[in-house]
Amino acid sequence: MTKPFHKKLLEKIVEGILALSGSITSLAVLLIVIFLFKEGLGLFKRSPVAEGYVLAVNKNNPVNRIDSKVVKRIFDQEITNWKSITGKNDTIITFRLDNLNSYYSDEKIGANLENLSVCISSLVDSISGIIAFVPQKNITNDFKGKLVKPENVSAGEFFLGKEWYPTAEPSAQFGVLPLLLGTLWVSLGAILLSLPLGLAVAIYMAEVANPRIRNIFKPIIELLAGIPSVIYGFFGLVVIVPLIQSIFNLPVGETALAGSIILAIMALPTIITIAEDSIRTTPRSMKEASLALGASRWQTIYRIVIPYSISGITAAAILGIGRAVGETMAVLMVTGNAAVIPHSFLQPVRTIPATIAAELGESSQGGPHYQALFILGCILFILTLIINLTVEYISSRNKLAKR
Amino acid sequence: MAKIETIDANLYYGDFHALKNISMKMELNTVTALIGPSGCGKSTYLRLFNRMNDLIDNVRITGQILVDDEDIYSKNINVDELRIKVGMVFQKPNPFPKSIFENVAYGLRVNGEKNKSFIEDTVVHSIKQAALWDEVSDKLNKSAFELSGGQQQRLCIARALAISPSVILMDEPASALDPLSTAKIEELIHELKKEYTIVIVTHNMQQASRVSDYTAFFYLGELVEYGQTVEIFTKPKLKHTENYITGRFG
Repeated sequence: MTKPFHKKLLEKIVEGILALSGSITSLAVLLIVIFLFKEGLGLFKRSPVAEGYVLAVNKNNPVNRIDSKVVKRIFDQEITNWKSITGKNDTIITFRLDNLNSYYSDEKIGANLENLSVCISSLVDSISGIIAFVPQKNITNDFKGKLVKPENVSAGEFFLGKEWYPTAEPSAQFGVLPLLLGTLWVSLGAILLSLPLGLAVAIYMAEVANPRIRNIFKPIIELLAGIPSVIYGFFGLVVIVPLIQSIFNLPVGETALAGSIILAIMALPTIITIAEDSIRTTPRSMKEASLALGASRWQTIYRIVIPYSISGITAAAILGIGRAVGETMAVLMVTGNAAVIPHSFLQPVRTIPATIAAELGESSQGGPHYQALFILGCILFILTLIINLTVEYISSRNKLAKR
Repeated sequence: MAKIETIDANLYYGDFHALKNISMKMELNTVTALIGPSGCGKSTYLRLFNRMNDLIDNVRITGQILVDDEDIYSKNINVDELRIKVGMVFQKPNPFPKSIFENVAYGLRVNGEKNKSFIEDTVVHSIKQAALWDEVSDKLNKSAFELSGGQQQRLCIARALAISPSVILMDEPASALDPLSTAKIEELIHELKKEYTIVIVTHNMQQASRVSDYTAFFYLGELVEYGQTVEIFTKPKLKHTENYITGRFG
C-alpha cells in the first residue's frame, strides 16, 4: 500500500526544511570566514600613514621611500640623521602641524589658516633635513618639497613586528608578535595550572569518589562552565589581581599570571568533563584484570586507566587550550593589556581577543587599524582551527587503536 | 586439608540475597566446576575467593571463606596479596592495550619485581604453560589485540600464571570462543590441574563433565548438590540436578 499523497508531501517538505537549514548554516559559517579574510587581507595593500596625511621632505633629499618602522623611529627621535637611512649626512628635523607656531606667527598663518599651505611649502623648501607630517589637502600644486611614500604594510612586518601601536602618528605600527605571544603565554600558563588540577578531579570523580559525592560535584563543576566570563573577570579583578599584587609585591597586579589563573578556572569544566568521560570508557573488565593480578587501585589507575584514556585526556587538554586562546572578556579585564613581548608571568600582556574587543570600537571602519584587527581575527580563527583539527586527529587515531 | 573452604557464606547485593548459606570444601589440585542457570550466583560465588565482589557497592558478606585455612575476609588480610595467590581468568578475553610481553609481565611489575632476567624467564615460562608459545614467540612485542580471541584468552591465562598463584578462578573462560579454542583451553586446564587448584564456572555441561573432578550445582543462590563430577553426571541424588544436567530446564 502506498502512503497517501499528503503524507508524502509533508515528508518531502520536512526533508527540504532540514536540508535548507543545514546548508544555510554551513553557508553562514563560510561567509563569516570569507568576510574575515577579505576585510583583513586588505591591510597589506595599505600605507600605514594615517589617512589624509602625507610625509614631505626637502626636494634635494635623495630618500624616496621610508619603511613605516623607520618613520616611527624618526618621529620618536631615535633616528636623528638622514645618513643612517641611506640619505645625506644631515640632521633630521621632524615637523608636525603642532610645531607650526615655532616657525611662523599666528598672523602669518592667518586667522583661518588660509596661508597654511604656503607656510608648509616654504618651510619644507628652506630646511634641508626636514621631514614633515602634514595633511594632504595642504599640499598644493606649487608645493616646493617632495613627498615620500612609506612602504605598504608588509606581511613580514606584520607577523614579526614587535610593536603594536595601531594609532601611532605619523605611522601606525602593526607588529602582531607581542599579541600572539601574549595569547600563547597566557594560555600556556592556564593549561599548566588547569591540567594537573583538572586531571586530578577527573580521576577522582571517575575512579575514586563514591556516587553520592560525584552527584554533588558534577553539577557544581558544570555550573562553572555556565558562569558568564565577565563575572570571572570581576572575580579576577577584585580577588586575584590584588592578591598577586601583594604576594609578589608588584606595582600592579594585572599580569599574565592573573589571566592564566582566571583562564585555568574557566578551562577546568571542559578539561574535567572530557577527561572524566574518557576515563570512564576504560572497560571494567580491564580494571578488574589489573586488580585480579594483585595491582592496587592506584597502580591500576596509572598503569591501565590513564594509558587507556590518554587520547581523551589529550583532547581535553587541547580543548582547554582552545577555550583559553579564544577567551576575551575575562582576560581583557585582568591582564593589564600592555602590548609587549612577555618575559615572565608577572608582566602585563595583551592577548589577541582582548585587543580586538578593546580596539575595534575606536578604529575607523575600513581603515588600516580596522583591517589589522580583522587579521588578528583571522589568526585567532586559524589557531582554533589547528586546535580543533588536532583534537579531531587524536580522537580518530584513538578509535582506530581501540578497534 | 581443603585448599578452599566455605563456611555458611551469605552474600547480599543491597536487599537481594544472592548467595544463601553456602558451605563446601575444595581440595588441593582439583578442578571444581560450578554449574547452574544464569543468575544462580555461581559467578558471584567464584568472585568471593579473590574478593572481586569488594568492587561492587552495597555488597554485604557473612560467613567465612578460608583459603589455606586463613579467613580471607578477616581484617588483617592484604587483598592485593590474596589476589596474587588466587588468580583469575575472566569470561571475555581482556588483555591490556600493551604488548604481549608486557601483558604477561604486568602482574610481576605491579608487585614490585625489578629483576629483568627473572621477568623475562617468567613471562616465557608462563606463555609456554598456557600453550601459547609456539604461536607468539616471534611477536612478543606486538600488541595483544593482534591475537585471535582464543589466543587472547590463553594470554590472559598466561598472565594469571605469571604471578605464580596457587588457585586459579575461571569465569566461563571459553564461552566467547570457538570450539577449537575451547578444546585448547580445556586441554590446558587438564595440564594446569597438576600444579594449581582450579575453580571454573561454566554453562556448558559437556565442558563441566570433561574438565572437572568435582561439580557443584547452584540454583537461585543455593548450593543444590555438590559431589564428584562422575556421580553428579551419572547418578545425581536430586531430581532437580538431573533435570538441569539433562537439559530439561535452565
